[in-house]
Amino acid sequence: MLYELTAHALHEKLKNREITAVALVESLYAHIDAVEPHVKGYLTLTKDLALEQANRADAGFQKGDEMPPLAGIPIAIKDVICTRGVRTTCGSKILENFVPPYDATVMTKLHEHGVVMVGKTNMDEFAMGSSTENSAYQITHNPWNLDTIPGGSSGGSAAVVSADTAICSLGSDTGGSIRQPAALCGVVGMKPTYGRVSRYGLVAFASSLDQIGPFTKDVTDCALLLNAICGSDAMDATSVDVPVPDFTQSLINDVSGLRIGVPKEYFTPALDTEIADSIHNAIAVLEDLGATVEEISLPHTEYAIATYYIIAPAEASANLARYDGVRYGYRNDNPEDLITMYKKTRSEGFGEEVKRRIMLGTFALSAGYQDAYYKKAQKVRTLIKSDFDAAFEKVDVIATPTSPTPAFRIGERTADPLQMYLSDVMTTPASHAGLPGISVPCGFVESGLPVGLQLLSAPFAEDKVLRVAYTFEQNTEHHRQKPQIQTNGAA
Amino acid sequence: MATITTEGVRHVANLARLEFNDEETEHFTEQLARILDYIGKLNELETDDVPPTSHIHPHQIFIMGSQEGAAHVAKPDVVKPSYPREDVLANAPEPEEGYFGVPRVVDRSH
Repeated sequence: MLYELTAHALHEKLKNREITAVALVESLYAHIDAVEPHVKGYLTLTKDLALEQANRADAGFQKGDEMPPLAGIPIAIKDVICTRGVRTTCGSKILENFVPPYDATVMTKLHEHGVVMVGKTNMDEFAMGSSTENSAYQITHNPWNLDTIPGGSSGGSAAVVSADTAICSLGSDTGGSIRQPAALCGVVGMKPTYGRVSRYGLVAFASSLDQIGPFTKDVTDCALLLNAICGSDAMDATSVDVPVPDFTQSLINDVSGLRIGVPKEYFTPALDTEIADSIHNAIAVLEDLGATVEEISLPHTEYAIATYYIIAPAEASANLARYDGVRYGYRNDNPEDLITMYKKTRSEGFGEEVKRRIMLGTFALSAGYQDAYYKKAQKVRTLIKSDFDAAFEKVDVIATPTSPTPAFRIGERTADPLQMYLSDVMTTPASHAGLPGISVPCGFVESGLPVGLQLLSAPFAEDKVLRVAYTFEQNTEHHRQKPQIQTNGAA
Repeated sequence: MATITTEGVRHVANLARLEFNDEETEHFTEQLARILDYIGKLNELETDDVPPTSHIHPHQIFIMGSQEGAAHVAKPDVVKPSYPREDVLANAPEPEEGYFGVPRVVDRSH
């Protein structure tokens, strides 16, 4: 079926006029009708808009214009990215009716490439969570086992690519929110270097960590999406003005001569043994293909979660101060005065996890505690970053598990926030250092759930990560496996 | 590192413009204390001589120019078109005569 194909395979068919973008949209939406009631990956579907955009792409192909590789390709967008004229909720009640008057820079870029937007995907409220269970709207189910979570916070964007209800998607990654759900849903997910992609129009969570990135069915599509979204932007002062290479040039099926480091600190007793086996097998594959593998040490790894749960909530507490009921979003019906309006609006509009993080962050920044918590965390962040700097003197790429466990059951960790936070133990260290990181499918545990291999490189060395990921993919079959979605159960 | 009391939670909630009932206050106190206890593990590390990282690309520009060695890059001071007022007000809960309406702050009788 058309909806099962990759963007690059579909581009060939569109270019050769074997198919039309409109037929592709119709095929995709028929599949959405069948499986979306079970997966629940979307918060908003934009079929009319998709057909309009598909028609435009078809007109270009029919004229024989030179069309960009993503023209006519259906893409889903995490509901934290502002889409002009299309509701953007961030998974929160407080933005239930928010319709952005502008497009995020990534959307402007994608539209210039002629993509077709399928819809907006479900997420943990304000991207705070590791399971997408913190959405104010619905629970998204992992297509590999509908009783399990898809990961988070970009769980919807991962699930729809896994379920073939989008060809590719965009998510955002603050502490692992692209890489972890990609691993749990068996798809490719990449967080580019901090500053590679403009954050303009990405609703802010933790501004020193947030980065937009793609979910795709293979590494080639990942490179194509990076080509479309990367680049500095006058609207984001933290976007970095470095040349953007053609990432498809990094799709080289050869790792000979590349040095891969395996940090011993990631292989703790807390790591699921089946996942450890799967990662060791994947590393052995890369070694057989000619890479040099050596054990390395990143001694401050165990402090990454504690550091993250100060820095991210602190920045979030400041960023989320804007939700005051004045300019947009929910407002309490009948406040007696301005301060009461703020308090009631925020208390009624935010969910529990968001409140917990605002509280944690406000505390960490409050008088008397700022040095002990926030400044301390920023110092430990330096130590974590220094570990990586030293490691990349010796190796080109670091290989680790993406997640310590496969997808867990819905409800399993919701009662214990700290337990949920520890889901990010493998992904937060690289976030602190702003590194590019990809998760690629590298096997399955016995219960049938997918496992992800995380590959990291020095800042702006996405080419090395892509090259190793591509070589691994070209020599393995894991990424070709598709979930059998149980559509016979209750929707 | 200190822990947090119900009193502390009430104080922080007020700073954050949130309000909780007694049960929620207890609940948050318990959870935040547990998280802060875990975060306390950072005290195992000696960091007196470690500079803090506020941004991971030290060569990168900042409007505030706060980082050592960071170049100042200013944008040309040119007026550019902004979004139309009606588009921006379209999301406002209570727009009023082209402005954002809020509960009265100043008493007109004085």
